[in-house]
Amino acid sequence: MIIYILCFLLFLVGLYGVISKRNLIKIIIGIAIMEYSINLFFIMIGYIEGSSAPIISKGFEHVNFVDPLPQALILTSIVIGLATTALLLAVAIRLYQKYGTFDINKIRDLKG
Amino acid sequence: MVFKWYAHLIDNSDILEDKMELYLILILVLMILGSIYSLNASDLLSAVISYGIVGFGLVIAFLLLQAPDLAIVQVVVEVITLVVMIATIKNTQAKISQMKFKPKIAIYYALIVIAALIFVIIFEKATGCLNSFGADTMRMAEHYISGVEHTKSANLVTGVILDFRAYDTLGEATVLFTAVIGVLTILRIKGKKEEDK
Repeated sequence: MIIYILCFLLFLVGLYGVISKRNLIKIIIGIAIMEYSINLFFIMIGYIEGSSAPIISKGFEHVNFVDPLPQALILTSIVIGLATTALLLAVAIRLYQKYGTFDINKIRDLKG
Repeated sequence: MVFKWYAHLIDNSDILEDKMELYLILILVLMILGSIYSLNASDLLSAVISYGIVGFGLVIAFLLLQAPDLAIVQVVVEVITLVVMIATIKNTQAKISQMKFKPKIAIYYALIVIAALIFVIIFEKATGCLNSFGADTMRMAEHYISGVEHTKSANLVTGVILDFRAYDTLGEATVLFTAVIGVLTILRIKGKKEEDK
């Protein structure tokens, strides 16, 4: 149970970054940390004590496997996470080129 | 004395199985410390690099949790993310204005504490029905594992994503394509000016 709580704490650290930081790069880092903790949580649900990775090889046909379904879903999720992070960073680059800062408060002041 | 304790550790198979969980807890604590440092660093480059601790710690956690495919994908994704982030902050003045403690910001902290409390309550409700870590929860997955006879794939994970859930993977490719088009559109330097001439 303590391992789920630690994973949840990692999520909360990411949430703290998104809420309280004013630097755009740090907000993006917070979003990525939240995403990582969710991925890890799914894999931990699928884990089964004492079983091996879901790959069939010679001599290991009748071993217990861990749950392959969360792994397949998270494989998709990781790649989509990369895409969203790249998009956020592209927006951050554009904002820096226009306003010359990553600070969202300064960007808001310069807007008007 | 130390040897005795170690022998006890080896004899008792329950504790030996718990060792995996202990490693995971250590890695998770390292990841949490890395993320806290990353969010509080005064330099953007050190923030990005200590963000790498979280990603590569996740790789080791995936390996310990018997997910080698995910570990490989996570290594590639983490390296690409770090390179793109460093390229983003490379030419910027990486000085961060430190946050001063004002009464208005104290309200934000109080809000964060309240939100954390609400999340803890929801977490307690949500994980109350979960099995304990490492328990056998195979119900859906039995069909996927017995489906090996249909897919003939030695790797069950690729069997799931490329056969049972191939439309899901197609959607993933669509999302990736859209993201690439979005990045190219946002970062395009040549605009309408050339057409005007």
